[in-house]
Amino acid sequence: MSTRKRRGGASPSLEPVAGNGLLDRRALLGSGIALAGAAAGAGTGALLTSAAAEPLTNGPWSMAPGLPVPPYGTPSKYEAKVVRTLSNPQLEPRTSGARTPHHLLNGTITPSGLHFVVARGGLTDIDPDKHRLVIHGLVKQPMVYTMEALHRYPMVTRIHFVECGGNGAPMFSKEPIKANVQALQGLCSCSEWTGVPLATLLDEVGVDPKAKWFIAEGADLPTMNRSIPLAKAMDDAMIALYQNGEALNPVNGYPVRLLLPGYEGNMNVKWLRRIKLVESPTMAINETKQYTILRPDGKAWQFYFPQEVKSFITHPSPGLNMKGPGFYEISGIAFSGNGRIAKVEVSADGGKSWATAALQAPVLSKAFTRFRMPWQWDGREAILQSRATDEAGHVQPSREAFIAERGPPRSTPNVAAFPMEHCNVIVSWGIGTNGEVSHVYA
Amino acid sequence: MSMRDQIALAAALLLTACAANAADAPRFGQPITAADIAPWDISIPPDGTGLPPGSGTASQGEKVYAERGCGACHGEKGAGGMSGPLVGGGPLDAKDREPQKLIGNYWPYATTVFDFTRRAMPWQSPKTLTDSEVYALTAYILALNKIIGETDVMDAQTLPKVKMPNRDGFISKYPEKY
Repeated sequence: MSTRKRRGGASPSLEPVAGNGLLDRRALLGSGIALAGAAAGAGTGALLTSAAAEPLTNGPWSMAPGLPVPPYGTPSKYEAKVVRTLSNPQLEPRTSGARTPHHLLNGTITPSGLHFVVARGGLTDIDPDKHRLVIHGLVKQPMVYTMEALHRYPMVTRIHFVECGGNGAPMFSKEPIKANVQALQGLCSCSEWTGVPLATLLDEVGVDPKAKWFIAEGADLPTMNRSIPLAKAMDDAMIALYQNGEALNPVNGYPVRLLLPGYEGNMNVKWLRRIKLVESPTMAINETKQYTILRPDGKAWQFYFPQEVKSFITHPSPGLNMKGPGFYEISGIAFSGNGRIAKVEVSADGGKSWATAALQAPVLSKAFTRFRMPWQWDGREAILQSRATDEAGHVQPSREAFIAERGPPRSTPNVAAFPMEHCNVIVSWGIGTNGEVSHVYA
Repeated sequence: MSMRDQIALAAALLLTACAANAADAPRFGQPITAADIAPWDISIPPDGTGLPPGSGTASQGEKVYAERGCGACHGEKGAGGMSGPLVGGGPLDAKDREPQKLIGNYWPYATTVFDFTRRAMPWQSPKTLTDSEVYALTAYILALNKIIGETDVMDAQTLPKVKMPNRDGFISKYPEKY
């Protein structure tokens, strides 16, 4: 057992700080983790009593030249399972969804090729030289922009999540749907976005004071459109051109999309071709039928814009089973459309007791924040949960609190169905004595 | 030019000069006329602003529905298939099952039926229907839902006047949730 000390003081307490073996988050800081009979690392937890290691040998990759370096890199062939799951692989005449494999990723940035997708007309393949963005309506001078022109404006770079309004919908089910975090929470991702503030272009066209909303419309098959408050345009809306340093991925809106940090994903119109300033909403299909929240009394909420505070544990999670008792790092993702994450608490006993998790810096507004919590699993049944609080004071609701507001689920639908919008309930993973992790209600 | 106008002009020139000295705001857009925007200016709000000329009835719509193969996805007489039904929809406060959000029981505005059909349908070849065909399909769907009569003509004047059953079923969360 190591006796190495952390910089600036005594070793953190390894006494549990909450039920079922949750340890002080400070045990993760610095490099001096010292845990008896355990090895650090998410999902490893090899015991010191393991059989002795094999002697080390040179692999073939150390004995010969490798392949030529490719002009564009792709992940290792050994990572072939790290892919999105597709809801419409044969492109039937309906919406196509692709879900991010959160359980197979770490950190906070979603690789562009794994960013979630909801596309109503397949992959829209746009020639940027022929694409135009027009801004008109209640403006002094309607203007049209080539992509070349858009690239000449001063740009800004920001890290923001995008979450589908229907992400987490399968959580709103009578019975817990036995699926993994990709199926249950895969319609959210986080990228570094670069582009032109929408306010810059609105300044150029000149906003008529009568304008209170704008319609954003794409160049895809259904010419997908949404009405957005003009205040958002003047706040932090971006005409995004780059995603994680390179041009937008085609399924995420190439060559240009709207980015509305923190707002319902569908409003972040991809393949953007038109912005029209108007006095009142146009009442498009995606703001009357879709993305409205039916209440138990039969009335529906409309224009429910920010994605509220949410978190979920990615490690461990269904499919990443435990490897025996010992040390584990519980980690996951938290975010809020209302600003920064202020706190994430973790429970290992189904919500009876909570301990505060470590937040990985930088903690950015309307962006994924990685949280981590050290855990000594004793091999008995446990229920892991995470509960996020944002800087506006919103706390992720329990299932009971959510149902009290939205009404009870009426069915146990297909995992790909959307029985609810803006569902940010606490997620529970049950840990069996055999180490199996499964979605449960607690 | 009056003295006041001269002073105003001088002030404006001075402001322009100051702005130019500070930094030229980037201006890379090209002015465009409403006529040149018109092919893309397709959003139809509830008051019907922008509805095109043309008209259609339910019986004409039934013919278009058959000709354009709408039933392949939406079923016979809009009963539903691979895509959702265009008719029906039970009570929105049902307790025993997930209520369906369909045109007849949920959509608040008839203009949205026209707008969406024109921009997005048929799925394999959107934006190929004539405006009168879109009016006719809209009339057919509204008549199937018993919201208008079999012989009612839908056009730029009549469509915005159609009162949908769930017109008052929505509560805006904006600006409360911003």
